[in-house]
Order: sequence, then structure tokens, then C-alpha cells
Amino acid sequence: MKRENYETNPIFSLGGVGKTFRSGTEALSGIDLAVAAGGFVSILGPSGCGKSTLLRIIAGLVPPSQGRVHWEGDVGRHIGFVFQEPTLMPWATVWDNAYLPLRLAGCPRAAAEAPIAATLASLGLAGFEKAYPRELSGGMRMRVSIARALVNAPRLLLLDEPFAALDELTRFRLNEDLLRLWERHRWTVVFVTHSVFEAVFLSKRIVVMTPRPGRIIADLPIDLPYPRDAGLRTAPDYADRCRAVSALLSETIA
Amino acid sequence: MSARHRERIIEIAAPLAAGALFLAAWEAVVRWKGIPPYILPSPLVVAETLWRDGPSLLGSLAVTLRITAAALLAAVVLGGALAVLFAQSRLLEISLFPYAVILQVTPIVAIAPLIIIWVNDTFLSLLICAWIVAFFPIVANTTLGLNSADRNLVDLFRLYGASRWQMLRYLRLPAALPYFLAGVRISGGLALIGAVVAEFVAGAGGTETGLAYRILEAGYRLQIPRLFAALLMLSAAGIAIFAVLSWLSRRLIGHWHESALPRED
Repeated sequence: MKRENYETNPIFSLGGVGKTFRSGTEALSGIDLAVAAGGFVSILGPSGCGKSTLLRIIAGLVPPSQGRVHWEGDVGRHIGFVFQEPTLMPWATVWDNAYLPLRLAGCPRAAAEAPIAATLASLGLAGFEKAYPRELSGGMRMRVSIARALVNAPRLLLLDEPFAALDELTRFRLNEDLLRLWERHRWTVVFVTHSVFEAVFLSKRIVVMTPRPGRIIADLPIDLPYPRDAGLRTAPDYADRCRAVSALLSETIA
Repeated sequence: MSARHRERIIEIAAPLAAGALFLAAWEAVVRWKGIPPYILPSPLVVAETLWRDGPSLLGSLAVTLRITAAALLAAVVLGGALAVLFAQSRLLEISLFPYAVILQVTPIVAIAPLIIIWVNDTFLSLLICAWIVAFFPIVANTTLGLNSADRNLVDLFRLYGASRWQMLRYLRLPAALPYFLAGVRISGGLALIGAVVAEFVAGAGGTETGLAYRILEAGYRLQIPRLFAALLMLSAAGIAIFAVLSWLSRRLIGHWHESALPRED
């Protein structure tokens, strides 16, 4: 399938990235991908297509076996990462969990007050500062996890199927809140998901991957205007895009 | 609320009733069969002896408890430090861990005589024996705890460029705390056992003798009620150590760790 690299102002680009694990499993092969600054890109594919591995390679947590990751400018420490599970420290309060990136960067507690208060409030967590993760629902824990990723004003936000384990209503709410925050701050987002509906609802652009080995087989823009809200879920335009992407995805699996 | 209250009362009353029943049966059997106190003293005789000899035994208990406390402290400090060292270097862990196991599985009664010969100071030799028995659960548990921090959290720390020290201070140590405390609770009882065993082997050690030697002495003199009284004291001390360490554990991790949370059925 034909792909064009239409990104004009990339924050990073992958050139010929491949990954073969020590076990011999080839997880990724020949990945070329440039992501524009301020973009919202979803990586969509079935389980086991290497999309999480790709995200980890972008984050620098896993070295690629072939190819390279090229950064425009110094994104370095300005990456936020959200895992599939909330991955909070159970011994720390909501406030202390959100403080982690700032603490590791050497920011004293007093100086962290303002950014933490603002970030927690923007995710509807005001008043929960002293709560421990176990006292929160799954959705609230995920909000804390997102707050932690956003607290140090990242330039790039990487999310690895963050809402896959949540119930549908909670997932919808979080989709909408994430989009609202992105429209305000315009960090670059790379969002890994296996849900067509989620990918279409959120993204400016969807990259479709196929498994064994993970390759990109389609790269398409979603030309629905922002701001998008809950009303979009029932719009015919949205249904059309979902149908098109679904068809593409079932082709790849077949 | 009232159901929970009732449950709490049953939790306390049931074991007390079982204990009382057992003691009553014991008392009845001793009286009915006319068993002499030098074979099996009745609970009432033991209680009476405890009341009479208690004060003189308390001094010996203090000696044993001093050794126990010092051994537990040494186990906590050295065991904890060794575990942190292991967590820093895999090579060090695989080099030394087997020897910690060897030290653990060698019966303390077998090596205690050697230690008592090698170390002149009685208190110190007893302390070393008790320490050998007590330190392993702390090393093993803490090492496990330090290595069982959430993999994704480890990745997150790496992503934010955390130093080795930050990784230890903010992630590995807090993650290891519940494991460490479980180790300390086991070690508390083991330190007492180690101290008692060492005292048995050492026999009469100078002017200050521990409770274990009192038990031996009472046995030699066929003062069986006194032996039981001393034994009772020793168990009470063991239970008290466990209770204190459990309380400490709840205080330290009760607000977040699963083990300390109430079950909602």
C-alpha cells in the first residue's frame, strides 16, 4: 500500500527501525515514521503487532535492533509516558505520585506546588491530593497516571493502550478529557490502541500496523475538525471513518 | 457495625475459651490421676511458682531479651545492608547468597560451641549465635523485595533519568519495605530462639545467666514447676516480640499495603 510522509515539521522520525528479541521473535521490521510537532497520532493494530515495542523504542526504553530514532531538537527528558495500567506507587499519595517527574528532576517540593495543583485540577483530581491509589477507582487512578505524565509539561506524550482496562463510560470520559487537554496544550501525542473507535475519535492521523513482524501498512489522516466532543460519537462522518478504518484493519489480519 | 463488633468479640473470646478449657482439662487430669509435680505440674502449681519465682526469673529474662534485641538489631542492620548491596550488584548477590544459605541451614547447635570457644566475651558469642539464626529471613526477604519493584515503574524512573540513588531511595526501598518487615517479624522470633539455643550450649555464663540456663538448672534439680514457669515467660516474651513487630509493621505500611487492609466481604 502506498504511503506518503506528509509530515512537514517532525518532532522525531524513525528510519528503518526493526526489533528482534533475544528469543528470535521479530517484533518490528522496517518502520519509517515521522510525527509532526503538535500532532495526535494513533498507532492502531491487533495484539502482538509490536505497537507497544514501537512506543518503548520511541521512549528510549528499548534499543532498536536496526535503524534509528532521530530527534528534532532536545526532547530528551520532556517525554511523558502512560502505561496500560496506572502504574502508581502504592505507598505514595496522589500528590506524591504526581510529584515524581519533578522530584527526579531535582525540583523542590515548594516549587512543585503550583504545577501539581494546576495539573491535578485539569484532570478533575482537585481534593484528592492526600488520597492513596488504593482508595481510588480505576478511572481515577488512570487520571493520576496521566497527571504524572503531564506535570512537567512534556513535549511528547506517549500512551500505551491507557484506557483498555476501563469500562466504556469511563473510557469515553477520559477520551474527551484527554482531547480537551491536548487542544489546550498541543503537546505531540502518540497513542497506541487496538480500538478503531478510540483511534478515530482522538486522532489527526492513524498509523495501522500488522503483526509478525510488526510493519506499518497504512497511514491515513482523520480529517474531522477539532474540537471534537461526545456528540461526534453519533455523527455519520465519524461512523464513515470508523467503517473505513475497520475495513482496512480486517484486511491486514486476513 | 454490630456484626463486625460481634466478630471481634468472637475473635478474642474463642481462643481464650479454648485455652481455658485446655488448662481445666490439664488440671483435672493431674488431680484425678494424682500425677506428682516433678512429672507434670498442674497449671495452678505453675501459676503459683511463677508468682513466687517470677521476680528472680525476671532478671534472667532481661539477660536473654538483651541478647535477643541486640541480635535482632544486628540482623536488621547487617541483613538490610547486605540486601541493598545485593540489589546493587547481581554478581555480588550470586557470589555471596549461597553462603548465606549455608549459614542458614547449618544447625546452630552444631556451630555454637565453636563460636563460644572462638569468642571470649560471652555476651558477644551468644549475640553472634542468635544473629546467625535471625539474619537470613531479613536478607532473603529484603533482596526479594528490592528486586520486585514494578517493572513499568522502573522503566518510568529510567525515562526520567533517575540516578541509581534515586531509584533506590524512591522506588526499590519503599517497594521492599513490606518484604523487609515480614522478614523482621520472622527474625524477631528466631533471634529469641537463637539466644536460647546459644545459652543452652554455653551453659552457665559468668554471673549473669539467661532464662535458658534457668530452664536447664530447674530441669537438673527436678524443679519442674519452675521449669514450666520459665518456659511460660519465654513464650510470653516471644509473643510480645511478635506483637510489637506486627504493630510496627502496621504503623509503617498499614496505610497502603494490601496485607494490612481490612477485607470487605
